[in-house]
Amino acid sequence: MAECTTDIIAEIRCIVCPTGCIVQVKKDETGELIFEGYTCKRGLEYAQQEFFEPKRILTSTIRVENGLLPLVPIRTDQPILKDKLNDALQLIATTIVKAPITMGDILIKNVVGLDANIIASRDLVEAR
Amino acid sequence: MKQYNTDVAIIGAGSAGLAAAVEVKKGGLNVLILERDRELGGITLQCIHNGFGLHEFKEELTGPEYAQRFINEVKRLDIPFKLNTMVIELTIDKTIYAVNEEEGLIEVKAKAIILAMGCRERTRGAINIPGFRPSGVYTAGQAQRFVNMEGWLPGKTFVILGSGDIGMIMARRLTWEGCKVKAVVEILPYVSGLLRNQVQCLEDYGIPLITSYTITKIHGRDRIKGVTISKVDRNFDRVIGSEKFIECDTLLLSVGLIPENELTLNAGAELSLNNGPVVDNNLETSIEGIFACGNVLQVHDLVDMVTAEAKRAGVNAVEYVKNIYGKDISRDERILCIPGENVNYVKPDFINKEDVGEDIIFTFRVKEPGRRKLIQFKDHENNVIYNRKKIHVIPSEMIELKVNLEKIKINPACGRLEIEVIDRPEVLIEED
Repeated sequence: MAECTTDIIAEIRCIVCPTGCIVQVKKDETGELIFEGYTCKRGLEYAQQEFFEPKRILTSTIRVENGLLPLVPIRTDQPILKDKLNDALQLIATTIVKAPITMGDILIKNVVGLDANIIASRDLVEAR
Repeated sequence: MKQYNTDVAIIGAGSAGLAAAVEVKKGGLNVLILERDRELGGITLQCIHNGFGLHEFKEELTGPEYAQRFINEVKRLDIPFKLNTMVIELTIDKTIYAVNEEEGLIEVKAKAIILAMGCRERTRGAINIPGFRPSGVYTAGQAQRFVNMEGWLPGKTFVILGSGDIGMIMARRLTWEGCKVKAVVEILPYVSGLLRNQVQCLEDYGIPLITSYTITKIHGRDRIKGVTISKVDRNFDRVIGSEKFIECDTLLLSVGLIPENELTLNAGAELSLNNGPVVDNNLETSIEGIFACGNVLQVHDLVDMVTAEAKRAGVNAVEYVKNIYGKDISRDERILCIPGENVNYVKPDFINKEDVGEDIIFTFRVKEPGRRKLIQFKDHENNVIYNRKKIHVIPSEMIELKVNLEKIKINPACGRLEIEVIDRPEVLIEED
């Protein structure tokens, strides 16, 4: 008799609502992926995204050359691939921008070759 | 001494002060904002992570972006403000004394005042961690200001005490700046902040969350060398023999926020259980014409709720100045709002009986987390006059309810309302 085996290849904690369901990703004997443990559609969508292509919004600061403050806070304008975060952080750490800056200004276009841009989170005037 | 006169003076230009100022200006009155920092914006300027504005703007903004929206509005409306100006005294007749470098001591007389001073962080002294006083011990917010605004790294290897959102956010921030965060230590048996932060700030980076532990010694004389952590039992007493040493050169404390009410207290206003001023349903304190909103009134979790509360305070201050200021009124009969079972505190502290026909916004927090709970309002005779089911309750999430006491047929003789959060008598699967 053929045995039915399913391996758990990942466990994802859903963060969409306070319930925090644990979604398990399993492979059945035909090699197909099954998602189990979610209790709503948003949870399944979140778990699928997290499993296949986890993305995060990156927020940090960039050095400013002649601004009223030495740093300007920045963000990616869309979520970027989680495994590109380190590359993006390295690039940000070696970038210096100039004041004046307006909220929304693109400071680094297509960061590490991705679709997303690094934009300023606030206005920053030049130093007096 | 320079003297100013205005309709409404606002102390603090953070999220609360800015939103209140916009409402006062829109209400057609003169307003003046007094801010001690070098720029407008308040604490969200240093909260460079995203997650702000979901309710207010239906977008997920970073803290600085949220502040910038209000700063732009204040500038667009030409609202006057003073920066680097520290209010040192507030008197019962609504006179403010403040200092700044250009003018020295100044006096501001106003018909109404809105308190929006925010809150401060609990410190090591307040929680009595033994040890010498080496450098390298900071509160999490202090460290956040250094890293995100001044461009200074407080250290290289960190332990963080407290798993509230600010502690977890800083764990990730420091990791992103190349530091090593050895552990986040939490005295409760569960994480204090949002699950989302536990996943995205700690689990994503393999930072251990050690629950039911606290720090019982700081090592080092000139610079911190490490900490001893100990397990705690259900009474939060140290479990002897459970001590572990963690080496680090910096300790961050994320152990609570306290509304900043020195000025309020010295003016003679009453403070309540939660360290914020006693207020009625109009957010008016025990001093006539002085209103309070934002973290100075009660520590909020969402800045959107600070904004909503501040808008109400602004609108109410305008109404006061236009209709009541200068008149001889007595704030008469009231309904006291009392925290009941599993409720930490309730705002407002009391309701004016004459306002019973209006929608009242109640805000409160539970003492213990739980699921499948029932929120109940009981009158002076212990009758349940209102209830509402809630699937999840946790101390770190403030609960807000809008209730019209007249519509729920409150007994006109009722002078006392008790709000409690209890287990549901039957188990029902239902949506919030």
